[in-house]
Amino acid sequence: MRSLIRRTVVDAPRRDPAPSRLDYRYQRLMLTPGFRASVRIGVPIVLILTIAGSWFSQPENRAELAATIEETKQDFQQRPQFMVQTMNLSGGDLEIAAQVSALLPREFPVSSFDLDLEKIRADIEALDPIKSASVRVGQGGALEVALTPRVPVALWRDGATLRLIDADGVQSGQITARADRLDLPLIAGDGAEDNIDEALNLFAAAGPLIDRVRGLVRMGERRWDMVLDRDQRILLPSEGAVAALDRVIALNDAQDMLNRDVAVVDMRNAHRPTLRMNEEAATALRRVNTTTIEDRADN
Amino acid sequence: MGDLYDSQRAMRQMRKAAMQRGVVAILDVGTSKIACLVLRFDGPEQFRSSDGIGSLAGQSQFRVIGAATTRSRGVRFGEVDAMQETERAIRTAVQAAQKMANVRVDHVIACLSGARPRSYGLDGTLDVSGGTVTEQDISQVMASCDVPDYGADREVLHAQPVNFALDHRSGLADPRGQIGNVLKTDMHMLTVDAHAIENIFYCIKRCDLELAGLASSAYVSGMSSLVEDEQELGAACIDLGGGSTGISVFMKKHMIYADSVRMGGEHVTSDISMGLQIPANTAERIKTFYGGVMATGMDDREMIEIGGDTGDWEHDRRTVSRAELIGIMRPRVEEILEEVRERLDASGFEHLPSQQIVLTGGGSQIPGLDGLASKILGQQVRLGRPLRVQGLPQAAIGPAFSSAVGLTLFAANPQDEWWDFEIPADRYPAKSLKRAVKWFKDNW
Repeated sequence: MRSLIRRTVVDAPRRDPAPSRLDYRYQRLMLTPGFRASVRIGVPIVLILTIAGSWFSQPENRAELAATIEETKQDFQQRPQFMVQTMNLSGGDLEIAAQVSALLPREFPVSSFDLDLEKIRADIEALDPIKSASVRVGQGGALEVALTPRVPVALWRDGATLRLIDADGVQSGQITARADRLDLPLIAGDGAEDNIDEALNLFAAAGPLIDRVRGLVRMGERRWDMVLDRDQRILLPSEGAVAALDRVIALNDAQDMLNRDVAVVDMRNAHRPTLRMNEEAATALRRVNTTTIEDRADN
Repeated sequence: MGDLYDSQRAMRQMRKAAMQRGVVAILDVGTSKIACLVLRFDGPEQFRSSDGIGSLAGQSQFRVIGAATTRSRGVRFGEVDAMQETERAIRTAVQAAQKMANVRVDHVIACLSGARPRSYGLDGTLDVSGGTVTEQDISQVMASCDVPDYGADREVLHAQPVNFALDHRSGLADPRGQIGNVLKTDMHMLTVDAHAIENIFYCIKRCDLELAGLASSAYVSGMSSLVEDEQELGAACIDLGGGSTGISVFMKKHMIYADSVRMGGEHVTSDISMGLQIPANTAERIKTFYGGVMATGMDDREMIEIGGDTGDWEHDRRTVSRAELIGIMRPRVEEILEEVRERLDASGFEHLPSQQIVLTGGGSQIPGLDGLASKILGQQVRLGRPLRVQGLPQAAIGPAFSSAVGLTLFAANPQDEWWDFEIPADRYPAKSLKRAVKWFKDNW
């Protein structure tokens, strides 16, 4: 019996399973490898770029993003694990410590991200009395600064100033009076600081003369003069200075040379050591010689 | 004739391009179904299994990666009848096969079963006068073949040199380099209706595909369902299709005759439909389920409900016995086979050394057909199934797919056709440099 209720007509199954021309072309297009790759990669990239571009085109968005990044960075850097609480200075005396701590941050705690350890180290090493320094953030948030001070080995007189010189010839400080560091030998003259080693060897070789040595003077940036008290000078050659000094000491031991009225012992020519006497002594010697001849003549 | 050869050469170029790309589609445009296979070529021995079994008939170099069939529409007697419908059916099949293969196909090799094929045997003679036979001589001897006037509206589909003879020696497959006086060749030429080719060409073009080859389905189903010794010694392949029945005779691995009978399974179906007054799809259904050609006593008692949709109880509850169904089918099948017999007789099939007949195609699945065929065609009848090819789905290995499978073989290694040989020098365009060079060579 035919139903009286109106029913929706059930669609007859499609007689034609053929794809439409458009559908067919679309499928073939999607099976094209190049096109498929470009769709799979290109479309998402374009989409992302579009969204990102439109978002970044608003200045307030950019500012907000920058602020967020900064805040996050701060939050992270200010965590207690990264805070430097104290400072430990090791090596060096009080004076050096005072100079060094002027270069270090004054207010603690400070984040270790804000400390430029490399720069601090460079600054510290630029100080005269410091030979090297190591700066690190150590256990328990302590800034550990280990200093190796320069050890002065000599005094270098430059006009009125007295500089402390270490073994490398680098100035490590100044003093006002020779009496402050009587333990250090004195050198002078241009280029003296470049030949500290030789000077120290000469001082070491001075031996019995050491009490009389006033200092060494670099002459013509080439050779040394050893200056003794009573204005005596020993002129040393540029080569074999220590050997020449040894000869002088040997002469002194044998003939008590330097206690006599000698002004200069010139050892510059090894084959011909020369003495220069003071004027009175020379005059006296000349007189003695003439007297002796006259006496002989008299006799 | 020049035009046709140009288009065939263009198709060969297209096939080469398809091989370069490695993907080619096979399209079997039949009357009852359209099958599309997608082949991937990866060079020889790519898919060789490790058990040491070598390549199978040289077809191990490709693999079927997509297969689809769809009901054919708009095709009658193996010819395109309604272009739009056919185009849509081709699109359906190609799309489904592409989807399965997941690859885009641009080149297609098609076969067609109808289009009134006509075979011609040609022979040509060339005087080589004691020299060695060169490539040019072969092309010239083929050009010297006496081509009959096959009609203006027909085109050459296949033109294969079947045999070469040099002086008294015949049966040469490749006479190049041999020395003799007179070179003769026998060619088999198959012409079909030009309009049928144009139509199928147009349909394929409308689907954005390029035609990379065209073959007769009788020929390709013979390639796939005849075994090697049958092809060598002489056999006929009867492809019982939906709208037409293809006949191809093979000898020495060459097709020497092809024809088609414009009757097939759909005529059987329409007989059933008319005889039992049932719709065609019901007739097709009971044909495939209960059909046969040899009635036995048992078949009188097997009643088949043929149904109906009229609302009339008496009409909708009709039954027929299977014997009645067979009684309808058998005369038509006999008619087809007798027609085939006539064509075979006309071809001189009885002179072949072996007269094996192989039945294939969808129609060959009728139970008892081999018994009936042996009564009409001779004793040596067997049912043929296509060769197995790599990757072919289970649904597509039946005899109905023998021409599709044969087309894969045709795509993988086609036999040499006339247009595969060198162009004879005197047919070059007048300005050709090669011709000038040849003139110099000949005169100095």
